[in-house]
Amino acid sequence: MVALAHKADDEAGLGLAVRNVSHAFELHGQTLPVLDNVSFSVEPGEFVALLGPSGCGKSTLLRLVAGLEPPCGGSLLADGRPIDGPHPSRVVVFQDPTLYPWRTVWDNVALGLEAQGLLKQNRARVDEALALVGLSGFAKAYPHQLSGGMAQRAALARALVNDPRLLVLDEPLGKLDSLTRIAMQGEIVRLWQSAGFTALLVTHDVEEALLMATRVIVFSERPARITAEIPIDRPYPRHRDDPVLVDLRHKVLDLLGMGSSW
Amino acid sequence: MAAIEGAAGEEAGALPKEAPSLRPVIGGLSAAAAWFAVAALTSAWPDAEEWERTGELASLLAVVGGGLALASLLRRAQRAWPWMLALALGVAAWEVATAKLNLLPRPFFAPPQGLLEVYLDDWPRLAECVLHSAWLLISGYLLGSAAGFITGVAVGWSRAVGYWVNPVLRLIGPLPATAWLPLAFFAFPSSASASTFLVALAAFFPVTILTLSGVAGVNSAFYDIARTLGANKRFLVLKVAIPATMPHVFVGLFMGLGGSFAVLVVAEMLGVKAGLGWYIQWAQGWAAYGNMYAALLVMALLCSGLVALLFRIRDHLLAWQKGLLRW
Ligand SMILES: Nc1ncnc2c1ncn2[C@@H]1O[C@H](COP(=O)(O)OP(=O)(O)OP(=O)(O)O)[C@@H](O)[C@H]1O
Ligand SMILES: [Mg+2]
Repeated sequence: MVALAHKADDEAGLGLAVRNVSHAFELHGQTLPVLDNVSFSVEPGEFVALLGPSGCGKSTLLRLVAGLEPPCGGSLLADGRPIDGPHPSRVVVFQDPTLYPWRTVWDNVALGLEAQGLLKQNRARVDEALALVGLSGFAKAYPHQLSGGMAQRAALARALVNDPRLLVLDEPLGKLDSLTRIAMQGEIVRLWQSAGFTALLVTHDVEEALLMATRVIVFSERPARITAEIPIDRPYPRHRDDPVLVDLRHKVLDLLGMGSSW
Repeated sequence: MAAIEGAAGEEAGALPKEAPSLRPVIGGLSAAAAWFAVAALTSAWPDAEEWERTGELASLLAVVGGGLALASLLRRAQRAWPWMLALALGVAAWEVATAKLNLLPRPFFAPPQGLLEVYLDDWPRLAECVLHSAWLLISGYLLGSAAGFITGVAVGWSRAVGYWVNPVLRLIGPLPATAWLPLAFFAFPSSASASTFLVALAAFFPVTILTLSGVAGVNSAFYDIARTLGANKRFLVLKVAIPATMPHVFVGLFMGLGGSFAVLVVAEMLGVKAGLGWYIQWAQGWAAYGNMYAALLVMALLCSGLVALLFRIRDHLLAWQKGLLRW
């Protein structure tokens, strides 16, 4: 695991700035506003969790951060430079694992290194990444031979192997059973601590956000606006029954309009 | 064909292991016995009219029976024996209805020994025709498929190429390649190049259409993932678009192969004066129906052999689809 983290500290994390970003889609000839003047910044090495109701625009925001689409309004900066396209320093783990069905798990994980022409020198990194997510035994399997959770772990390995400076995670653990989920949460946090990358995590699990992130940003219903930013100044490893976190959880659920049901 | 065999083979493999059943051996031996019986019938029952190769036919049938008996004892005929049994009965019925009883009108229906006579006496000419047809078919088909694949990828990928090429494809694509026949034979310097062009054309359109629709239909998330991981355009085309399209390409290749067969025969009959198509027409002109059947049988073997080969290649290249589809 630690072997995957070899970046020198000064260049490890990427600083992200989101400035007055608005975005809208065309849907049946009508404009569907999705992001409404969203501004926040993420310091290098920070771990920020984004929480919000389903369909509010979280995945859309991550696509903008990845550089897959330009925003309709506002700007996004990576280390102070405008984001004008995808770059392998900003790697996304999408909500859907979307492994390539014609590639084995190993070849799927190797995708980024291969695309950048770095595979020859770094074959061992692929094995390390697979071991990290517990898929060493499935290197030669095809994606349709994996379970949903295994596919998600493979997608995580495919991102980690590139040594990203900003790791963007869109509900990466959504399909995992609760035990694997807890293990992977701990694994990602340890990796983040040792590698020093910046992490941006979308999740619908409040507890997960509180256990992993240094700051939680809460979004409103679509079109997404930021309703709260909550720093979580607790040491790692965190425990779910930590009274501070329990308090915070009630607060966040209140913000999401779920206070009464807890 | 190969696909069906594969599926059935897997089912058999999935059954719990039992002591190997004796049924296939007994079945195989009874099929072999049937072949011996047909051999005996052929040689013992005198022909209604004189046929030169009746003795050779009987020996050949006996050899088939012997080979089949050996194969079933070695457990190599586990699945083939019902077919072999049916074939023996079919050959017997054919032999009796033609050579023995002369039930079918004579020049139009040849007995098995009539075909054997053609193969034994006229094989140099048949072999030359097979080589000629195979060369024309394979060279034309490969040229046409390669051009179709490249065109399909270019049109599916690039809007600019698509703008210019799509209308042309739409106008000319549905035209059967045989409609070009008269034009091709005077536009090309030789009839060989004209027929290569026609065979290539028959393969070109289905491969192009299927490839371009496949490329246009690739899941955009596949591109997103590769782009965020640092892929350039070349990588997106070669390592994402093309592999994702291969299942479609193979559908086009199969369709194109069928089209190529049709054009090949017509071209050989009308213009080339060589190859199996020409042989069939020549035989028919001389009322040599035995020769015609012999050539038809060879052509069937050639075509089904090529289809089986293409299946093999597909099964190899698209092995990842196994388990994803009903293979
Ligand atoms: N390509 C698109 N075209 C049109 N509308 C889109 C497109 N992509 C997303 N949307 C719309 O944008 C809104 C936000 O989508 P998004 O995927 O960002 O939500 P989300 O916050 O990630 O939700 P979830 O938590 O359920 O994943 C949705 O209403 C969706 O219908
Ligand atoms: Mg989403």
